[in-house]
Amino acid sequence: MTPFLQLRRGVIDLKSKSAAIWLLLLPTIIYLSVFIGYPLFKTFVMAMSGEERPFDTFYRMFHDQTFWNALKNTLFLTAVIVPIQLILAIALALFINKKFKGYTFLLYLIIIPLALSDITAALMSYTMFSPMGYVNKILINLGAIDKPIYFFGYMFKTREFWIVVLTEIWRATPLVFVIILAGLQSINKEYLEAADIFGFSRSQKLFKVILPLLKPSIMSALLMRTLFAFQIFGVVWMLAGRDIPVLAGETYYQYTFLNDEKMAAAYSMIIAVITLIISYFYLTTLRSKHLEEGVR
Amino acid sequence: MLKKVFFWIAVILIAVWFLTPIVMIFLAAFTPAEDYYNPHRIIPSHLTFEHLYKLLFLLDGWKSIIISVEVALIAIGLSFLIGLPAGYAMARYKFKGKRAINLTILLTRSIPLIVVAVPLIVIYMKVGLSDTVLGVALAHTAMILPFVVLITSSIFSGISVEYEEAGMVFGLTHFQSFVKITLPLALPGLAASAIYSFIMSWNEVFVASILTLTNRTLPAHILNTAMASPDYFKFAAGVMMAVPAMIFIFFTRKYLISMWGISLK
Repeated sequence: MTPFLQLRRGVIDLKSKSAAIWLLLLPTIIYLSVFIGYPLFKTFVMAMSGEERPFDTFYRMFHDQTFWNALKNTLFLTAVIVPIQLILAIALALFINKKFKGYTFLLYLIIIPLALSDITAALMSYTMFSPMGYVNKILINLGAIDKPIYFFGYMFKTREFWIVVLTEIWRATPLVFVIILAGLQSINKEYLEAADIFGFSRSQKLFKVILPLLKPSIMSALLMRTLFAFQIFGVVWMLAGRDIPVLAGETYYQYTFLNDEKMAAAYSMIIAVITLIISYFYLTTLRSKHLEEGVR
Repeated sequence: MLKKVFFWIAVILIAVWFLTPIVMIFLAAFTPAEDYYNPHRIIPSHLTFEHLYKLLFLLDGWKSIIISVEVALIAIGLSFLIGLPAGYAMARYKFKGKRAINLTILLTRSIPLIVVAVPLIVIYMKVGLSDTVLGVALAHTAMILPFVVLITSSIFSGISVEYEEAGMVFGLTHFQSFVKITLPLALPGLAASAIYSFIMSWNEVFVASILTLTNRTLPAHILNTAMASPDYFKFAAGVMMAVPAMIFIFFTRKYLISMWGISLK
């Protein structure tokens, strides 16, 4: 490790040093193998073994319309939510990065949702949009409507969908925001000064200098959000139940309500495969900084 | 002048967007039932602790808070016990296979607990861990551990190895030197990471719901009962979930922000 050790003990015993390193690492390796590696393997085995013959769980799943709906909804939610979050987060980050007086207060406000669970965010949405929620009450008192507007229920699936989108945007935009803001701050000021010298307009500066330099942060924020968007569960389950089936929600439903372990495992496997593909891409093409920092 | 107006509109819009749902759920949680169901009453006539009280003491809220805290504490303890040495090794040594280990840990960090929940409960049933606090805590440890390894490794990297060496020059063993010199320097960062780990466990709902039936953590308890309860209990439940998380983020906000690579200067 250090030249100093040579001073003290004369010669570093290379063999015992590397043994010590592995001794430090071993508990983690064993724990993750037992609690993530093995169960992950087991998910694949359970999903593929089938009831009567191999793969018949998948046969059942692919012939079930709910599976395709769940896959479609998960993809659609991701496709709607992630771009909106990205645009809002970039706008917010550009604004906060002006560092006007009192911007730290606003910054702290923005990161509050990072501490809140999806369950809490869903309940907050419900406070606003329930039949007796504040949105309805305010509209009634303004005389805009006579009867409450219903945002939830099987009859109002489209409205439910958009409430879920709104909730996810409220909850998870700050995640994208912190990544983008950190990226924005790491841009070398000299580039911006150079742009000023060459007489770039503000929009030129944004599109020709800032955004291209921000690309790595944008890419990692995008992949990160996509990764977690495929696990969307809490908000949808609380606000829409199975009106809007999603992959994680169906996993939960198949296991807890139908006791169909194998089908639940099959759904998990779909999520696992998608996650592994995205994270492989993420880890091989981009710096993995943001996964390390625990931004979820 | 016009510029200033737009600026203030933006500031207010951002503040309102992020604050409204939080303020509203707090208000709703303390609104008496009759005021809540009266469409013409937005501001309650008085505030009441009734919903929160009932949820806590008659509807098992308190029990599930205790379970949540137990789960989180066991998970934090275990994951630091196991993960801290690994984080130290990753920060201080170069060795063969380091890249592979790093990649594996990152990969386990991105694998959602959702995909291991079902086999985990099957295994738990065989060994008698299903529906136990320890069972959930062990699963949460698996979720927190990769985070702990990565974050402690980056904390230790930030503390110069020369301090430790200096300790050893003065006759401390490597371990003593770590405990007496590096650990105290790392403590603020470690504490903030522990608090962040607490929030991760406190908020996790999927695995906690699948692994338990009666010993439910707070979010699992809410997920399984809230939508069948009267609205005011939902709001009280939301407040119970939000308060500890918001207190924690308030105290660690500066550290979190620097952890995410944002400077305030």
